[in-house]
Amino acid sequence: MIRKTAGLASAWSLLGIVLLAGGAPCHAQIDIHMHTVTGPMESHIGALTGKSSEGKPLYRRFCIGCHGPSGDGAGENAMWFDPTMGFEKPRDFTLGVFKCRSTPTGTLPTDDDLFDAMTRGFVTTNMPQWQPLIGQDRANLVAFIKTFSARWQTDKAGTPIAIPTETPATIESILHGRELFQKMECWKCHGPEGRGDGPSAATLTDSKGNPIRPYDFTTGLRFKCGVSNHDLYRIFMTGLDGTPMPSFADNIKPEEGWDLVHFLRTLQISLKTSERATFEKWESSHTGQLKPIGPEQAPGT
Amino acid sequence: MKKKYICVLAAAVVLVGCKIIVSAAPPAGSGNIEGKVTYTGTPPKMKPIDMSKEPTCAKEHNPPETVQTVVTGPGNALEYVVVYISAGEPASPTPSQPVRFDQKGCMYTPHVLPMQVDQPLQIFTDDPFAHNIHPLPKLNPEWNKSQPAGAPPIDTKWSKPEFIPVKCNIHPWMHGYFAVLKTSYYSVTDNNGSFSLKGLPPGKYTVTAWQEQYNFQSQDVTISGNETKTANFVFKVTPYLY
Repeated sequence: MIRKTAGLASAWSLLGIVLLAGGAPCHAQIDIHMHTVTGPMESHIGALTGKSSEGKPLYRRFCIGCHGPSGDGAGENAMWFDPTMGFEKPRDFTLGVFKCRSTPTGTLPTDDDLFDAMTRGFVTTNMPQWQPLIGQDRANLVAFIKTFSARWQTDKAGTPIAIPTETPATIESILHGRELFQKMECWKCHGPEGRGDGPSAATLTDSKGNPIRPYDFTTGLRFKCGVSNHDLYRIFMTGLDGTPMPSFADNIKPEEGWDLVHFLRTLQISLKTSERATFEKWESSHTGQLKPIGPEQAPGT
Repeated sequence: MKKKYICVLAAAVVLVGCKIIVSAAPPAGSGNIEGKVTYTGTPPKMKPIDMSKEPTCAKEHNPPETVQTVVTGPGNALEYVVVYISAGEPASPTPSQPVRFDQKGCMYTPHVLPMQVDQPLQIFTDDPFAHNIHPLPKLNPEWNKSQPAGAPPIDTKWSKPEFIPVKCNIHPWMHGYFAVLKTSYYSVTDNNGSFSLKGLPPGKYTVTAWQEQYNFQSQDVTISGNETKTANFVFKVTPYLY
């Protein structure tokens, strides 16, 4: 019995050698050693279940060039992304820190958050939209991305924040949002007119020490984490982890978040938003009534 | 005479400081480890901080504060070095008493705040404008919260031992460290480079000193009963930060 098994094994290995010797030159493939830190992972997006084993070849094909074989954002293309020119470096998946989340600051994003970010791409960066990949492929990639950081084994994804029903974009809401923009000192980075030119703008760095720009609202460009009012609301309350943008969840009331959203829409001057129209109409009949946004003037100066 | 007085005063400050730190967990023994942290070489010159972007703070610090990456004291002393028991430590229960981190005049006080794993940490602001508190851990989760003028303290804690840099993105010169340690036996050197670990039961310990620029140094110390052992650390410094 033992002899038979041994004979079988040697026959198989002989076959293997023949295959290797004969087949290798035709199927030559650069073997990139991919370094992952967890075992197999899964993702759950709606009815889809993603598997990291299925995501691995997709990652090798579509993502490795920028995000690298270890997922640390040091792929061979990364050296050409110059943060001083406004091009962010590829995400380092080994940190388990992500910008676009529905979950509170300091927590892991949900699978849906990662799926949406991949689908949407990141405007003003080199990360394209991956909508051309079918949903199952994107779900598999989400599962594979999670194998790069041990945080996915030790921590659970955060609980998505509650978003109250949007309040009407009245002039009261816009003006209160403007007060918050002053009080929360959004202007220190984003500038008094939302042009991304506040006094602290030039010194901002991301968590890896690379220069990063605050968003310029006047360009009317898509927002990195989605274009809807809901997406904007989420950014205030969750912050963009890994960047200088903090969470305001502890400092503004849930309904006040909507006032801030409505005010920010008035800064998008190139888009001619309805909020901008409401604000301009009010301003034309209340000339000189608003204090300019910016540093408080000390009395007597 | 005057020098002697200062020494006595400094020793008193160290004693009082340590008493506060150790009071969270009752001392398990009566052995002590004391010593000084010094440097050899030429330390880098710390630049004055330009706070002109926040005029209130610029006015408050005259002459301006300097960067705190390498702070030296008399007799080649190194300040803000965390000295702690890194091996052989008796089990320390998690203190329920919170440690306090302050933001005042665009500076962090203290520059280096030691605490135990899972010990409550409270972050206060006294400033009449907003800060954002942005710790940059590698092992613990990174977060970033805004704290406007008059906001209540942020209550948090860290669940893994790590030396965590913390910064404010609005005022980029604000830079400090949370030293999250497994042990309750720790001390941060004062301007004389002195530290003191008190109330140790007999045993063989590894004492480690950590400085944010010059990393770690360790040595073994054996405590047998009611005695005070000396452990000094010397860091080699260069005139350049890297």
